[in-house]
Amino acid sequence: MAKPAALSEERTVPPTEPERVPGPVLKRLAGPTAWADERTGAAGLGKYFLRKVFPDHWSFLLGEIALYSFVILLLTGVFLTLWYKPSMAEIEYEGSYQLLRGVAVSEAFASTLDISFDIRGGLLMRQVHHWSAMLFVAAMFAHMLRVFFTGAFRKPREINWVIGVALLSLGLIEGFAGYSLPDDLLSGTGLRFVDGLIRSIPVVGTWAEFFVFNGEFPGDLIISRLYMAHILLIPGILLGLIAAHMALLVYHKHTQYPGPGRTDKNVVGYPLYPIYMAKAGGFFFIVFGVTVLMGATMQINPLWTYGPYNPSQVTAGSQPDWYMGWVEGAIRIMPGWESHIGGTTWSWNIFLPGVGLLTLLFVLLGVYPWVEAWLTGDKREHHVLERPRANATRTAFGVAGITCFSLFMIGGGNDIIAVMFNLSLNTISVVLRWAVFLGPVLAFIITKRICIALQRTDQERLLHGSESGVIQRSPVGGYSEDHRPISQGEAYTLTHHNEYPPLPAEGVSKRQLQARRWFYGDNMSKPTRAELEAAASHGHDGDGHDGDGHGGNGHEVAGRESRELSSSRD
Amino acid sequence: MKFLSSRRRHRAVRPLLLVAALFLTGALYTVAVPDERSSADAGTSTQVEEGRALFAVNCSSCHGLNGEGSSEGPSLVGVGAASVDFQVETGRMPLAAPVEQAPQKENIFSREDIDAMAAYVASLGPGPEIPTEAQYDPEGLTAEQIAEGGELFRTNCSACHNFAGSGGALPNGKYAPPLEGVTPKHIWEALRTGPQQMPVFSEEVITDENVRMMIAYLQSLEEEPTGGLTLGGLGPVSEGLWAWIVGIGGLCLFAVWIASKGARK
Amino acid sequence: MSHTGGSDISVRDTRTSAGTTRSDDERFPVDNPGVEHEPPRWTDADPDAGRSAYTFVVGCFALVPVLAIAFVVIYFAVPQDVFIDVGSNHYMAQHLLLGLTLGLAILLIGVGAVQWARLLMDDTERTEERHTAASSAETRTAAIDIVYQGLQETNLGRRKLIGRSLLGALGVLVAPAAVLLADLGPWPTARVRAETIERTIWGEGVRLVNDVTYEPILAADLEIGQLVNAEPENLQEFHGHHLQVERAKAAIIVVRMDPNSITIPESRSSWHVNGILSYSKICTHVGCPISLWEQQTHHLLCPCHQSTFDLGNSGVVVFGPAARSLPQLPISTDAEGYLIATSDFTVPVGPSYFERDSRNDYEDGDA
Repeated sequence: MAKPAALSEERTVPPTEPERVPGPVLKRLAGPTAWADERTGAAGLGKYFLRKVFPDHWSFLLGEIALYSFVILLLTGVFLTLWYKPSMAEIEYEGSYQLLRGVAVSEAFASTLDISFDIRGGLLMRQVHHWSAMLFVAAMFAHMLRVFFTGAFRKPREINWVIGVALLSLGLIEGFAGYSLPDDLLSGTGLRFVDGLIRSIPVVGTWAEFFVFNGEFPGDLIISRLYMAHILLIPGILLGLIAAHMALLVYHKHTQYPGPGRTDKNVVGYPLYPIYMAKAGGFFFIVFGVTVLMGATMQINPLWTYGPYNPSQVTAGSQPDWYMGWVEGAIRIMPGWESHIGGTTWSWNIFLPGVGLLTLLFVLLGVYPWVEAWLTGDKREHHVLERPRANATRTAFGVAGITCFSLFMIGGGNDIIAVMFNLSLNTISVVLRWAVFLGPVLAFIITKRICIALQRTDQERLLHGSESGVIQRSPVGGYSEDHRPISQGEAYTLTHHNEYPPLPAEGVSKRQLQARRWFYGDNMSKPTRAELEAAASHGHDGDGHDGDGHGGNGHEVAGRESRELSSSRD
Repeated sequence: MKFLSSRRRHRAVRPLLLVAALFLTGALYTVAVPDERSSADAGTSTQVEEGRALFAVNCSSCHGLNGEGSSEGPSLVGVGAASVDFQVETGRMPLAAPVEQAPQKENIFSREDIDAMAAYVASLGPGPEIPTEAQYDPEGLTAEQIAEGGELFRTNCSACHNFAGSGGALPNGKYAPPLEGVTPKHIWEALRTGPQQMPVFSEEVITDENVRMMIAYLQSLEEEPTGGLTLGGLGPVSEGLWAWIVGIGGLCLFAVWIASKGARK
Repeated sequence: MSHTGGSDISVRDTRTSAGTTRSDDERFPVDNPGVEHEPPRWTDADPDAGRSAYTFVVGCFALVPVLAIAFVVIYFAVPQDVFIDVGSNHYMAQHLLLGLTLGLAILLIGVGAVQWARLLMDDTERTEERHTAASSAETRTAAIDIVYQGLQETNLGRRKLIGRSLLGALGVLVAPAAVLLADLGPWPTARVRAETIERTIWGEGVRLVNDVTYEPILAADLEIGQLVNAEPENLQEFHGHHLQVERAKAAIIVVRMDPNSITIPESRSSWHVNGILSYSKICTHVGCPISLWEQQTHHLLCPCHQSTFDLGNSGVVVFGPAARSLPQLPISTDAEGYLIATSDFTVPVGPSYFERDSRNDYEDGDA
């Protein structure tokens, strides 16, 4: 509200607007615009929104994939509801799929078969719906990783990060509910697993089970209850959260990668209207088109081969959709721990990897922005993204998390992997029991070292320029490589990342100091202006002063790092 | 040759040479070592005698000279002719190396040899006979029977062999093999004899008609149309993989293109 | 108004504004060179390139109606039972063609629009000022003042009970809302549990029958190494979801092993018929039906989470996440030689639950 005051200087410069020659288009628009504006004040909104600038980068489109997949899910989902019957009543299948004729199935299963075989375009819409559900969750994960690794969750975007975590967790539940609706053998097996999962909750598990399933598994209502959750309750909440997510995005304005002309006080990119509308709108059609092509050419969830759900049947390769695979893996590799205390049973073997791990992931994700803010003591606003290498510990955290997640995923597909690669199922499980703890630690250490090595490379480029590949021999016989100074734009990009207050800082408790030293003490500090100028003039004096350019550089870099660790610089 | 000479001190040369040498040795070995196929001449008069001779050469080292079994292989008394027919004709026996589970490979015996060995093993003790075509031929079943075959398949078979007959994992490196392309006769024999870890499904419990129904279901399943590429028929694991590769991967390529600037001068 | 995020659009042409700015902030040691100057695109500089880009975009859009018409024609003209064979795959022709035409049509709209934006629209990068998310200090003070003033106007300061009683009233409303959900399902009291999850339809004299065909099983028909997926004979009396509920607990597997190769504890010596043993098919982990039985090792594997049970040793767990042995069903034969149960399971089948008394389950080494 009060902020535009700061811009008064700029405002005196008339913006470069297209010349207003009232051509036929403008004339025709004037009428409707006036009509709408008089009733809604839309012109003000238009003035504010239409030329809003969005930075352009491919990784900024990952979230858009998720958003568009959600729209596709709504469209195809509505189509499916026109024929789907959320009923567990038993009927004899009489549709056109020969191999199940006369088999007793639920109405839910029969109507899904009807959509697949008797409604023209029904199978296409079903497959598009399922593929876009997979993409919806996958894109949310990818988008979240982008936001995490670039530090886009930092102030002022912590709330939007939490909304994102909520969207992701709801997306998982939404996907699982949809997976269960056709009432085929695989989805029924999945429900059976959820039944076991709910039962395992200490104290209230049996009550929760009876309340969810209306009695004993499978009961007669779970499909219609899941249907309500799948098409009304969860999409409704998702829609509200997406609206809040987008509103905050617009309010904060999009983050941008460091680059020439980019600062924390501006945003460089293309205006919403017309370029971004065409690009983002076009991308919606591209996402939609690709999903439809996937639905046309790649079979997904062929429930007619799974058959109807029958609690005494099961198939090899019983797995949930990929996004629940890590929970499945954790459940598989968990040792069989159970306590029997008096007349009670405590199923740690299901509760810990199931309920526990799900909660742990979302709590860890949810609180991370505050954890990092505490670790760094950084309370500033950030709008320019960090390159992953610039924040070595965070990046290492992220890679450790991905490693852990992937190892659990491997556990979730251990039977398929065992067959594909001629391995022993049991060996995979036993190895994974250790790997899920050791792998992330290893990944953390390696990633952190790689990041710091990359920081050194940047430092090297800043102070000594880029390697030219030209080797010179000095009169005394030493060899050295010519370095060319990098452009100012690159130098600006390489030095724009956030730097935390040097250690030890004042007013910091001892524990906080330790935490900070651990979190960013190993990072290379940026060269100062004076150091850069000195390096530049040194470069002009001629290379190979000591007959071995690299050795000299190495010492200098190492020296700088130790200085950063031991002392403070104003 | 300049290319080669200029790179002969390359770091990768030594490991590459080693690999090449290993390949060469392996290739020479396969050529040089004589084919182990039996050339036992059938000099005896009866089929059983002929089978005994074949058995002595090909099977006795593990199963004992009289099929009584040893630490290396089980007794064959009472396994029946069907068992020999299945094991030998699918190439599982004779075993090439002591492994957890005999893999399927090319059969090296003629029909007569197999019949002779089967006759010999059958003479050791009563067991399932090699079936006649009427016992396993799925022709002539009604649509309802085939659908019921599906129910039987999902109840008795899919736990190990997967809903689409694509196979699955068993403990400690063992596996249930895929059923695609397995002949009806071999399916019948496997059910009746329970090869290796597979349980037996005897004729009295799963009737020949039940077996024909299941075979008919499997064959129909292979002929059924699909809603696109089946992605291995392995269920959600492969679907998830392809969602990332084709979906997210493909859309990321589009995203890179969208965010790129138009070509400049 | 909603213009809080900086309504002012100070758009500058970056091509003219490129100029080095020196920052006094010590954190940034390199001067900001400003947004890079971009040379013109080929499509701007070369009329031919511009024309071909134009043709491409229009071409994309022009193909869409063609594909849309093809879609409609295919919808009505291609029957559902026509297949396209590629290799060993049989694709449903109508499904495939509908998908290809629709997918391509949608994709082309997107490709055309993006190419239009990339190559033909003015792609000058613009710079927009950004402001901190926070309101100014004055605004914040003003807002707090307003809230405070409103509080004064409510007279809550003097009449405190209004506020507290309102909050209390709203809080108490949670109770009716929660109570409304109490009928979500029957309450699993000890009595209800005993009638539901703690019993199955097995009982003394109930015949074991083949699953699917419901044929009774003659003990003499089972060979060593045989596996039968079985159900209780009285399962046929159930239909609909009752059938599912009972089947989810009563399903069993019957196996025959060489009595000399297995361990049978004394307490279970009368539970088998010449090495024919019967176990619950429902995994004690999370309840998947298990029938992956290895006849030589006597191990039974669950395909869901790979719990492995040793059926030659009263169903104890030998691997995997399951914690409890598989319940064994005591069986015998009737006068005609058919297999029958001699009682229900002695412990509840299926996955664990909190109130389950797991002290009676068989543990390795029990007599």
